[in-house]
Amino acid sequence: MVRPRGKSHMLDYMRSNRREVIAGVVLIVLLATYIGTHPRGASTYVMTIWANQCLILGLAACAQFFAVVVRGIDLSVGAVMALTNCIGSYLLDGSAFGMAFGMVAVVAAGALCGLLNGLIIVFGRIQPIVVTLATASIFIGLALLLRPTPGGAVNYDLADGATLDVLGIPTALIITGLVVFAFWLPFRRTGLGLGLYALGSSEQAAFQSGIDTRFIRLAAFTLAGLFGGLAGLFYSFVTTTGDAGIAAGFTLNSIAAVVLGGVLLRGGVGTLVGALAGAFILKTIASLMFFSGIPSLAQPLFEGLILAIAIAIGGADVLRARNKLEVFA
Amino acid sequence: MSPLELEVSDMFDSTTPLLEMQDISMHFGATKALDGVDFVCKAGEVHAVLGENGAGKSTLMKLIAGVIQPTQGRLRVDGKEASLNSPKTALKHGLVCMFQELSLVPDLTVRENLLLGAPGAGLGWLKGRGLDTAQSVLDRIDGADIKMSQRVADLTLPQRQQVEIAKAIMKKPRLLILDEATSALSASVVEKVFDLVREERDAGTAVLFISHRFHEIEALADRISVFRNGQCVATFAKGAHDYGEIIDMMVGQKIEELFPEKSPHRNEAEVVLDVRNFSWEGQVRDVSVTVRQGEIVGLGGLDGQGQGAFLMGLFGLLRKADGTTAISGQPGEIKSPKAAKHQDVALAYIPEDRKTEGLILDQSIEENLELAALGRSDLNAGDAGLYAGTLDQLALKHGGLHLPVSSLSGGNQQKVVLAKWLALKPRCLLLADPTRGIDVKTKTEIYAILRQLADQGTAILLLSTDYEELIQLCDETHVFFNGEIVASLSGDDLTPQNIIAATLNVSSEGRVNGATEGQVAHA
Repeated sequence: MVRPRGKSHMLDYMRSNRREVIAGVVLIVLLATYIGTHPRGASTYVMTIWANQCLILGLAACAQFFAVVVRGIDLSVGAVMALTNCIGSYLLDGSAFGMAFGMVAVVAAGALCGLLNGLIIVFGRIQPIVVTLATASIFIGLALLLRPTPGGAVNYDLADGATLDVLGIPTALIITGLVVFAFWLPFRRTGLGLGLYALGSSEQAAFQSGIDTRFIRLAAFTLAGLFGGLAGLFYSFVTTTGDAGIAAGFTLNSIAAVVLGGVLLRGGVGTLVGALAGAFILKTIASLMFFSGIPSLAQPLFEGLILAIAIAIGGADVLRARNKLEVFA
Repeated sequence: MSPLELEVSDMFDSTTPLLEMQDISMHFGATKALDGVDFVCKAGEVHAVLGENGAGKSTLMKLIAGVIQPTQGRLRVDGKEASLNSPKTALKHGLVCMFQELSLVPDLTVRENLLLGAPGAGLGWLKGRGLDTAQSVLDRIDGADIKMSQRVADLTLPQRQQVEIAKAIMKKPRLLILDEATSALSASVVEKVFDLVREERDAGTAVLFISHRFHEIEALADRISVFRNGQCVATFAKGAHDYGEIIDMMVGQKIEELFPEKSPHRNEAEVVLDVRNFSWEGQVRDVSVTVRQGEIVGLGGLDGQGQGAFLMGLFGLLRKADGTTAISGQPGEIKSPKAAKHQDVALAYIPEDRKTEGLILDQSIEENLELAALGRSDLNAGDAGLYAGTLDQLALKHGGLHLPVSSLSGGNQQKVVLAKWLALKPRCLLLADPTRGIDVKTKTEIYAILRQLADQGTAILLLSTDYEELIQLCDETHVFFNGEIVASLSGDDLTPQNIIAATLNVSSEGRVNGATEGQVAHA
């Protein structure tokens, strides 16, 4: 019964996280190409603009990740961003205390939106796709009431602090690092972090193991809302205005990003790091196109092709399966 | 001794039963799964629960584990009324269930699965307490090669059961429910699990034990309760009634013989299936098997010795398999299940795990029946007449063919898997442990049908983890070890001692240890 196991620990680790490894390699290659083709090279200026664009989608992808990992989907990610962005355009100016309160309020508003989604899904027993489609309209409606046309202002010092650089390192990359190292890695080792995967992978097994599945699902959607709020907040810092019309693009791109980052839509598989990597890849591709001279109308075509290829590489291990039943596992 | 400790020791007093159920009923719509059941479970005792599928055993276990709540009745833990409204509450009372439907999360690692719902593991930081216990349990039950970092989805079925056992023991249960907990494990591992369970019992744990294998009940139980039609018909100490009497209680009628009589051996009968030098990736090595018309040929051995892969390979499920297969003298290359079921070959394969590989649980019985015939150009899969005969023959109990397969009991689900393949009139039937976790009565029916099919000329290759089947049902049994056939037994050589010796790959003259002998006393 004992099979020889000659593989090293490192290889084991890479294999069990191969989706993230693939996404990471793709990202590095793309980034190198981008820096190589950019007329100004790897300057802090270029890197900062790149990192800011990536982090907005990255946070949206984090939001989507929490919904997808529990076998759900959140179609309101973009709408939560739009709403929190519009709220931010009112609250992120004035005294230091007022701005601090504003930032907390913006993120709390996002979490509240997520909590609302979760409550309807858990207690109304309605599928997430239906619930979030409906609430997305509500959130956009509220955003439009707040900002019928783009406008408002965000304190420039605050915005600069969040979107420029610290000692040459883009602040957006520092925030990304904080999300991964200060939040995600510890979170993954908590009962809640484990519960998310258990719920997405097999709800029945999770329930029979004594997990409070309703609370976990509620927590997952609240976290999705919270990260949607963070995305909206950071978007406010980057654009310094409020705009209710940003929802649709971010929702779809957040789904594309998690898929690209190796998060399976069937739930239970993938990591926040993967979702972030997926978002960074998508944005880097878009930036590459901008400088490569491809007509902007052809961009969706190329983005789609790259998406398809990346997913196909992720699924290539199917070819190695020796037992044909494993192909479908 | 502090007053608190006194109170605690009072709670364990053997005069107060650990769990007491009074007048418990459980209705699902019009079906009464349990009907006014009184049931008592004492600490320090292994209490076996017997009954056919659908007798209410699993429902009873689910009630105790808090998965479902009774329609009526009262439940006391340590003499105090308790409401078990979720598995979490049941766990708090120390009631731990090892479910027949595995409760492991496939995408998580072994370690993470063990941590899920472990004692003291809430939503906060996981300290990994109890993992040492789990590891030592795994080491004891031959699970040392299961790595903590392995994904559960990558484990074999027996390995998953081993992890389930470790997960249950690590929760330090006061009442441990084993619901078909060892159904996929081989005899030597089962014996080690039993040693562990006996230790738990001697330390004061109450054990509820469900199994369809009589020798397991014989080996482990102190007290036996028999369930029939949602009622507890008898509770008695082990030894008060013999094998035959217990079966009578379970089915409510006499069963003279569990197994049909073997047909006279026909050495000169036509060879239907002839496999030569089958090999695959080092897991199956140079295996040759011949099945003649009218024969049932058994495949035995410990888990994962290549017998399962051999059956899959015959049916075209494995890549890069070597060897030749001839059906009725016609050599053919079987590269896929579609080729295997083609009318010129006409193989049928009943997989090991009916719930994931044999059936689509959410689809109706009708739709499941059609799946095998689809793609056969000579058959109309949509024609209900195709299945009517086999359904009658199998005596499938159902509430309507339009209902989902998941509404059937385990035994009847297996009958659906059989029916869909029998409709194709296969020349050779490959069965991977078809009676695992199925009640005695349905088993008997399936045995009779297999014998009948064999007599009608179907060649049958039967993989089994149950010695009794290999001895009583099969005309010849090949025992696998490390990918090879190490013994081919037939006629008078087909004895428990010889099979055990071969599965352990020792000569039959070698000493067979007492524990193993005890297990097959009934065979």
